[in-house]
Amino acid sequence: MSKANLLDRRQVVSTLLVNRKDVVAIGGLGASTNDMCAAGDHARNFYLWGGMGGAAMIGLGLALAQPKLPVLVITGDGEMLMGMGSLATIGLQKPSNLSIAVLDNEAYGETGGQTSHTSAAADLVGVAKACGIKDSRAITTMAEVEAFAKAIHDVSGGPRFANVKIDSASLERILPSRDGTYILNRIRGDLGFQPI
Amino acid sequence: MHARADAPDTAPNWPDDIFATLQRFEVRQVPYVPDAGHSKLIQRVLGSSTMRGIPLTTEEEGVALLAGAWAGGQRGVLLMQSSGVGNCINMLSLIPILRFPFLTLVTMRGEWGEFNPWQVPMGSTTQGVFELSGVKVLRASNAAEVPAVLEAAAGQAYNALTPTAVLLSQRLIGAKVFTK
Repeated sequence: MSKANLLDRRQVVSTLLVNRKDVVAIGGLGASTNDMCAAGDHARNFYLWGGMGGAAMIGLGLALAQPKLPVLVITGDGEMLMGMGSLATIGLQKPSNLSIAVLDNEAYGETGGQTSHTSAAADLVGVAKACGIKDSRAITTMAEVEAFAKAIHDVSGGPRFANVKIDSASLERILPSRDGTYILNRIRGDLGFQPI
Repeated sequence: MHARADAPDTAPNWPDDIFATLQRFEVRQVPYVPDAGHSKLIQRVLGSSTMRGIPLTTEEEGVALLAGAWAGGQRGVLLMQSSGVGNCINMLSLIPILRFPFLTLVTMRGEWGEFNPWQVPMGSTTQGVFELSGVKVLRASNAAEVPAVLEAAAGQAYNALTPTAVLLSQRLIGAKVFTK
């Protein structure tokens, strides 16, 4: 839990998505969804404004439905802590096309910056590994972020998990659409599914 | 440790009826929390080549999973027990917001010959919790009505995007009896 080399969250997310090709990306409730939008709105962005703790499971459902597509969950440490059991569910299913990147600033930035469990006790990489996600990395440098961004596209090599230590700067909010039906149907449309 | 009483036969056929309906509606993802009442259906799902049984650590995971499944073009159904419905409440908010087809089959406790008082509070409020959350509730009280209830529920969930819970009554399943 080194405090050295803390990364800029927007730079991390834009690096993860810069050559995204066919990646479907799910942002967790909170700043990670804003970061995804700041990197560029996209028809395959699934923005969460609620359902805290559900991001990784939405990723699992999507990854199982579309096994040839890279699916990337980008969420925060607070959101991941709330859905920690889902790491066990993912470890059991082993979806080889699913990647999870946690932006860990050790704080609940949306609610006043209260410290999160990752600041002192919880090691999410250890949890992910212990849940059977073999490729679980602790990331503290941009070079490691770039390597992870490449790995996401290998749909036979996952599941993979990365805990990225980011700084706790509060950034201008870049707000994506709040219309859930629009967001979900836009993804379905881009994947070739018709409305009912 | 425990035996089942009040169950008309030890190998009921209604789980097969449910399985057949889910197959007909091309259900692919079946998240579940282990549950005695659903055990035969879970076995059928795990033995199926077209459905994927997905054990959860808590029921709310299943609600989020089904949203992702639908985004990726697949239908799913969540299997749980009445006590698990309470674990889902916040995640149920995804259903009206995202407008994805939601079907859940709930085995009931705490409503018919219940032995364990701890099951009664959640069993008594299951229907109300769903209704307050915008989920329509249908009920099957005996084996004969299971096929028709399942057909109606799956039809309105998948074809009309009307979130639906089927309560499989404790009378249908048989009250659990603990014996020494």
